[in-house]
Amino acid sequence: MIAYLLRRVGYALPTMLGVAFLCFMLVHLAPGDPLVSILPPDASADLQKQLMRLYGFDRPLPVQFGHWVWRALQGDLGTSIATARPVVHEVFNAVGNTFILATLATLIGFTVGSLFGFVGGYFRNSWMDRAASVVSVIGVSLPHYWIGMVLVIIFSVQLMWLPPSGAGPSGSGQWQWDVAHVKYLLLPAFTMSFIPMGIVARTVRALVGDILAQEFVVGLRARGLGEFGVFRHVVKNCAPTALAVMGLQLGYLLGGSILIETVFSWPGTGFLLNQAIFQRDLPLLQGVILILALFFVGLNLAVDVLQMLLDPRIERT
Amino acid sequence: MSATMAGTGNLPRPLMRVRNLMKHFPLRRRAIGLGRSSVRAVDGISFDVMKGETLGVVGESGCGKSTMARVLMQLIRQDSGEVVFDGRTVGDRTLPLQAFRRQAQMVFQDSYASLNPRMTIEDSIAFGPIVHGTTPAKALDRSHALLARVGLAPARFAGRYPHELSGGQRQRVNIARALAVEPQLVILDEAVSALDKSVEAQVLNLLEDLKRELALTYLFISHDLNVVRYLCDRVIVMYLGQVVEIGPAAEVFDSPRHPYTKALLRSVPSGDPLRRLDAPPLSGDPPNPIEPPSGCRFHPRCVVAQPVCSRAVPSLTDCGDRHAVACLRWQSGSGYSPASDIGGLPPIRTVEVSHA
Amino acid sequence: MTSVSAVSQPHGDAGLLPRLDAMAVRSPSHRARVMRRLARDPIAMMASAIILALIVAAICAPWLMPADPFATSMLKRLRPVGTPGYLLGSDELGRDMLSRLMLGGRLSLFMGIAPVVMAFVIGSAIGILAGYAGGRINMLIMRCIDVFYAFPSVLLAIALSGALGAGITNALISLTAVFVPQIARVAESVTTQARRSDYVEAARASGASATIIVWQHVLRNVTGPIFVYATSLISVSMILASGLSFLGLGVKPPEPEWGLMLNSLRAAIYGQPIVAALPGVLIFLTSISFNLLADSLRMAMEVKQ
Repeated sequence: MIAYLLRRVGYALPTMLGVAFLCFMLVHLAPGDPLVSILPPDASADLQKQLMRLYGFDRPLPVQFGHWVWRALQGDLGTSIATARPVVHEVFNAVGNTFILATLATLIGFTVGSLFGFVGGYFRNSWMDRAASVVSVIGVSLPHYWIGMVLVIIFSVQLMWLPPSGAGPSGSGQWQWDVAHVKYLLLPAFTMSFIPMGIVARTVRALVGDILAQEFVVGLRARGLGEFGVFRHVVKNCAPTALAVMGLQLGYLLGGSILIETVFSWPGTGFLLNQAIFQRDLPLLQGVILILALFFVGLNLAVDVLQMLLDPRIERT
Repeated sequence: MSATMAGTGNLPRPLMRVRNLMKHFPLRRRAIGLGRSSVRAVDGISFDVMKGETLGVVGESGCGKSTMARVLMQLIRQDSGEVVFDGRTVGDRTLPLQAFRRQAQMVFQDSYASLNPRMTIEDSIAFGPIVHGTTPAKALDRSHALLARVGLAPARFAGRYPHELSGGQRQRVNIARALAVEPQLVILDEAVSALDKSVEAQVLNLLEDLKRELALTYLFISHDLNVVRYLCDRVIVMYLGQVVEIGPAAEVFDSPRHPYTKALLRSVPSGDPLRRLDAPPLSGDPPNPIEPPSGCRFHPRCVVAQPVCSRAVPSLTDCGDRHAVACLRWQSGSGYSPASDIGGLPPIRTVEVSHA
Repeated sequence: MTSVSAVSQPHGDAGLLPRLDAMAVRSPSHRARVMRRLARDPIAMMASAIILALIVAAICAPWLMPADPFATSMLKRLRPVGTPGYLLGSDELGRDMLSRLMLGGRLSLFMGIAPVVMAFVIGSAIGILAGYAGGRINMLIMRCIDVFYAFPSVLLAIALSGALGAGITNALISLTAVFVPQIARVAESVTTQARRSDYVEAARASGASATIIVWQHVLRNVTGPIFVYATSLISVSMILASGLSFLGLGVKPPEPEWGLMLNSLRAAIYGQPIVAALPGVLIFLTSISFNLLADSLRMAMEVKQ
């Protein structure tokens, strides 16, 4: 098992390096000079050359990449052009906020999605199943930024129950766990929960259906096990896969929150990304994407390992 | 035995010579592997296939029969050893793969999986000839002729898809497909094993007829000893990737030499209530082909094994009548003492076994 | 090659064989059977009808739309739905919503569908190559694809178009880059499956070259599943493409596009919430129709043969 663990980590390392390379290349993908955003428009050719040398842009790409990775490993992702603060500092503040949002959204989405999935899987082809699958199709088809707007219209504009945007009454961006702050969290989290809801519902429905169709369930029933007992067996057998899906969805939401954060002006990574893009703050852009992608890879790894621990059948030696 | 060498008036000559064929599959480890161990699927096999004969290959599942078939067809490249076809080494300049594959064809066990589900029957059969340069129109004509020959009316079947046919019909299509390039040798890898008994008999009769008409040579791989006995002129018995006994079918079936062959023959279910076994002829599963037993590979399961069997490796020894066996008991000077050869296999209650 | 006389003896010469005539049984091809099943599926038909209607409306917009979608009017800003002359209201610059939604469908549908079509071609090619080649080549290609897989698709799309800069072409490139790895992965797995199948073995045993086997045997069996998967991506692509425009990364104003319209109407949610939400309804309608169609298609192809 430890061998598997090591192998799985060893497998993730090249992926991480590839991710780093892709993030590094983002800056060089950008049209024009990588310095164009910091240089004043009237900069002399001399100044430009000087800066090129200063930032190391005059060296060959592999060398630049090596340097960049080396510094990143030491926790130095460069300096934000817009705020002049270290990128790492900016990113970690935002990651915290996004994490709060994504976790709550995942929990809501997972709970509701599993519920629909169980109903659908248990009563296959009944009207309840059909209703549940309609809901899950709607869930995966909704443009979430739009449903965010619709929810704002309903709950903020019409009913005036919840604030339409921001992450707290003071606007400082410093998160606190109190009623005033949580009110700001509810709408974006609920909006975001639509993303995993449909996928979780579909997965759970398929899982439950498959398990119920298996012979051991027939055997359990034949031996006189009550419906509740059968249900417990089903849950036990679904759990590893369902939890894996949940973990992956959390990772997905962390990186895919940008549109929703923009709608709600939630001061998370997505919002930061948005800023970075429109201020052409390429070091910040690079840093945010690198951290989010690495997080996603790490989460994938964690889910794999966790699944192995949970599922006795998977003996990956 | 209805299968005879009738078609070959002159002396039989080898159509295919297999020499020291070896195929080990390294165990795949995901990512950074420690690819040391390997499955020894085919481990040094040599034999001849005579022109015009039906050579049977028997053995338990997992003994490497199918791998051998695939290596013979060169669907898998052997690690070492060679296959000589009609005097020319397969894969050489004298007999490139493509040319060899017009001479040898194969019929697979799974009649459904071996037909492209998106191709009509006629297209599947015509595919081979077209590959070898026949014009599509001519290939289709031949495809229809072959369909008729294997007992499927072209008008009814040519335009159909595999899933619309029964297993027996599909296997007829597969046979037609194999014959479409006019091969000399047809390798039948468990070709009738998946069929119902009644259908199996029909297909076997068809195979016999085709062989006579087209002067074919068959390599018939099967785990069904009754069928092999019915169909084959000679038989190879395989155990863990090696040949343990080879000889004329009548010889091998009526006076088997290798203890494994004996045990295998005893495991054939018999309709005769008098012929009943007290103990299972073969106990346990075949050993792991990754780490085969030392010495004679059969010794852990062999009822007449002696200490020497775990040390010395037996080689195929001729014991007359084109019959050879790889057992230390039949190898003079091997260290096996025949005196202690008592007890032997579990007894059969009736002394005389009459063959119906 | 010699004649078939040896084989066809019982029936005489091959040339005299009865040709397949009108009496002969011809089974409908797989595609025909799938289409027939789809035609009997009310959901698939409904979804297709909606998609068709949206496409027709978008293509014919210049002739069908009631007003000039670019004509602004400060006096007639943000009219509600049902205002005479403004059937679906007017936007924040007083432009006719109905006309803008119709014309906007052109870019929105194009930006939703085109990346998937391009990714279908590129991704299939990569995946089939990897799947059929196997071994080291497969590993190399698939490891590269894993790297792209390490990004949530929204993040990747935004990162790429963010770095490339706003604009339709860049948005198309980014979205294609998002879907290529996903399609390639599906293509690789179905191709690997096909490569290991007995019918490919049999084709190899016939002496066919790898190229012929891929064209004649593999493609026939893998395009279906890849196509179904690609269809299901159109829904995601619609949402993502409009999302890029919503962020200001796709289409530039004043060009109408549903995502962009949604963004510019965000300020209007207090005054005209229904008008502000309208572009999203169309994105949703398109997305769900493609999703339902993809589901039906998958079921029609999965039916036990």
